[in-house]
Amino acid sequence: MRSWSWVFAFALVHAFAWSLGAEQRPHTERISGSAGDVLEDNPVGRLKVYVYELPSKYNKKLLQKDARCLNHMFAAEIFMHRFLLSSAVRTPNPEEADWFYTPIYTTCDLTPTGLPLPFKSPRMMRSAIQLISSNWPYWNRTEGADHFFVVPHDFGACFHYQEEKAIERGILSLLRRATLVQTFGQRNHVCLKEGSITIPPYAPPQKMQAHLIPQDTPRSIFVYFRGLFYDVNNDPEGGYYARGARAAVWENFKDNPLFDISTDHPTTYYEDMQRAVFCLCPLGWAPWSPRLVEAVVFGCIPVIIADDIVLPFADAIPWEEIGVYVAEEDVPNLDTILTSISPDVILRKQRLLANPSMKRAMLFPQPAQSGDAFHQILNGLARKLPHHRSVYLKPGEKVLNWTAGPVGDLKPW
Amino acid sequence: MKLLAMQLGHADGQSSTALRGLSPFDSSKSPATVFWLAVHALCCLGSLVLGFRFSQLLVFLLFSTSPIFRAADQTASDNPIFLLSNPSSTTVNQSTPHVAVGRHGIRVRPWPHPDPIEVMRAHQIIERVQREQRAQFSARNPDPRSLIVITPTYVRAFQAMHLTALMHTLMLVPYEVVWIVVEASGVSSETASLIERSGLQTVHVGFEQEMPAAWEERRSLEAKMRVHALRIVREKNLDGVVMFADDSNIHSMELFDEIQAVKWIGAVSLGILPHSTVDESDQAVSKIMNESKSLITVQGPVCNSANQFIGWRTDNRSTDMHRGGTQVDDQGSHLTGKLEWAGFVLNSRMLWKDAEDRPEWVKDLGSLNWDIDVDSPLSLLEDLSVLEPLGNCSCRLMVWWLRVEARPGSQFPKGWLINPPLGITVPSKRTPWHNAPPELPSIENASSDEEEIDQHPTENQRHERSFGIKRWHKTETVEPQLLRREPVEN
Repeated sequence: MRSWSWVFAFALVHAFAWSLGAEQRPHTERISGSAGDVLEDNPVGRLKVYVYELPSKYNKKLLQKDARCLNHMFAAEIFMHRFLLSSAVRTPNPEEADWFYTPIYTTCDLTPTGLPLPFKSPRMMRSAIQLISSNWPYWNRTEGADHFFVVPHDFGACFHYQEEKAIERGILSLLRRATLVQTFGQRNHVCLKEGSITIPPYAPPQKMQAHLIPQDTPRSIFVYFRGLFYDVNNDPEGGYYARGARAAVWENFKDNPLFDISTDHPTTYYEDMQRAVFCLCPLGWAPWSPRLVEAVVFGCIPVIIADDIVLPFADAIPWEEIGVYVAEEDVPNLDTILTSISPDVILRKQRLLANPSMKRAMLFPQPAQSGDAFHQILNGLARKLPHHRSVYLKPGEKVLNWTAGPVGDLKPW
Repeated sequence: MKLLAMQLGHADGQSSTALRGLSPFDSSKSPATVFWLAVHALCCLGSLVLGFRFSQLLVFLLFSTSPIFRAADQTASDNPIFLLSNPSSTTVNQSTPHVAVGRHGIRVRPWPHPDPIEVMRAHQIIERVQREQRAQFSARNPDPRSLIVITPTYVRAFQAMHLTALMHTLMLVPYEVVWIVVEASGVSSETASLIERSGLQTVHVGFEQEMPAAWEERRSLEAKMRVHALRIVREKNLDGVVMFADDSNIHSMELFDEIQAVKWIGAVSLGILPHSTVDESDQAVSKIMNESKSLITVQGPVCNSANQFIGWRTDNRSTDMHRGGTQVDDQGSHLTGKLEWAGFVLNSRMLWKDAEDRPEWVKDLGSLNWDIDVDSPLSLLEDLSVLEPLGNCSCRLMVWWLRVEARPGSQFPKGWLINPPLGITVPSKRTPWHNAPPELPSIENASSDEEEIDQHPTENQRHERSFGIKRWHKTETVEPQLLRREPVEN
């Protein structure tokens, strides 16, 4: 009888303590995706990464030629390299490494206006892989299946900015077995390989932190968007750009007082996002955009208008509970959709967005902090371990076709 | 430029459908190629001549699939979405595509305008979000006290304007409000009807003296009226924070949050806007105005670096600017450098007959002589050092003091209707409206005498008033047309 009273007392105390703990965090909610509660996992100790020493013409020299590569939205590849060089998961012994990283900056070939040209990237990648396969035995051991590459370009490893051409090219044949860490993600698309890790585009963390406004500034804008609706230079009539979705947003809602949308470039862009309830994140020429990162950092609920898109770290972050997905064909009813969301759901989404681990996971801060996007990439790589038996090839077995692809790709770089 | 774009687009449209059959590596000129090239050239010429995408129309009519036609035939209720540009989605990727590459139509619904019910719902969502934000983030007193607002007023031309503005401000305050309105010349039905629209808890008392015309006497009467209201607070033992809101003042919502922090007696900074009645053609006045860096004078407490109250700050310069005329709304010197009541906030327990924890430095209100001019709440204190400066030691201006009145003897029509229309009009010499309001309708009484003119000038005046305030440093002498009527030919 006495033992029962002890158990009862213990249960009471436990329940009391749990309720206390639950009350102390009313502002944010815990995030757990399909992989579980993994945003705060520490990858150190769970995997080992070996960084190949490539000649500087693949990385440093490109950066010296044009330092703008550090600021555009494809800068993740450069910062990933720097992070791995000084990270605790790096190992100098390739024999004990689980993953191999090739530091190659394929998107650092910029036009005068700052847009990256992908035309030389396949040749650059090919030359790098030839180098590592001839100097180290680890590529041939698995034909790249335990190697990972960061390819943050518009359509990932398809290496083209136009979708039709990118689909024609497909993923570089040499990367068929490797794991690709890319920003592009769209289901049933040639340029998204099974097992790729989708990452957010690079957005400068210091710049965003510098524009924070007090949290009690009331959110008075209902829907906010700044950007192009028609790409006048490349698609003057509309219909190609954003699959007509952005143009549809403009035509339907340009005179709607709830929608603060325009093509302006205001200096208060970040501050305005913090005063908005919903931020539109429609697709452009590619489905992903840095607006998602900005919306998450500023607590504005992202409205994702991109059919079949795969959002960053989709297995760790439950995007359906955080953002609002709107099909491209439902864009004319966007106002009905958004106003019919119940306020409780909206408050819950804002609580999830307020979770600091959510904001950290979208950023690439220098120096790296725990829980940031670098660590989420390593977590994703760690979740793919241990490697399957089929990764290791029998000696002499060749799977990759080294001469596949357009003729222009075979030229040496 | 447009033609070039047209042709480029035309080439796109063509290539995606009509020339699909051509392989890009076909170098030999087969008859089919020549034929298609000729068609292409013809269509180009046709577009050049006609001035629009002739080929697009052709392709649309010949090659497009049926949904487009179905959409055009069906009624709006069946298929409410029609497509702006011609879609010709082609599937280029091999895997089963859910999303197709190529030109898509731009979907626009037939009535792309806001639906008022949805706008209402959106505003409810925004209001809920803001409430949550306030609850979480604003450093608010978890136990807010009610506000006791004391307003002296009297019936005059601009009373409705001022009082409505104050009323709406108080209606927005998120705390409990008890509004004590003291009216000179007794309780009037105009004021009562204005106040009862507020939905607030109001106490409407009359004060049996008429509001005099001269500014100085007006000030002293207002002070007496406020003391009368304080007496009511004392008799009824009302609990809360006492603030003095004159009906013509402008209050910021942050003020109400800020004054919750007062313990016994606090002071906020007032921004004084006196220039509405200043004649800038006067040389001495304009000299002062040019010298001064700011056109606003601030009256409020001053702190030392330890955030302790050390003294007052009033601007005597303003008294130099106003000379002559003691009549209301003349170029009146209604500023005497005395402290305004609106800058003070009291804890109502200070006024009670017997409050347990009332500190010794508070004089009992009952012991004061009611007839002596109680100049400011400071007369309730024995010791001035206990004053609490509020609002970041009064760095923030949350209250703006303004006196804008019509000329004495201005008639204002009952319910803003002039009936019968006035026979003779006298344009008023100077009123605070520096620019003639363009939206006020000028009344042409050519035909009938008995026309009732419903003006609704309150909105225009409010707009005009704020307009006037923003522009008051660039005044021009313009004949205001406010009460002008065409002389009626009888």
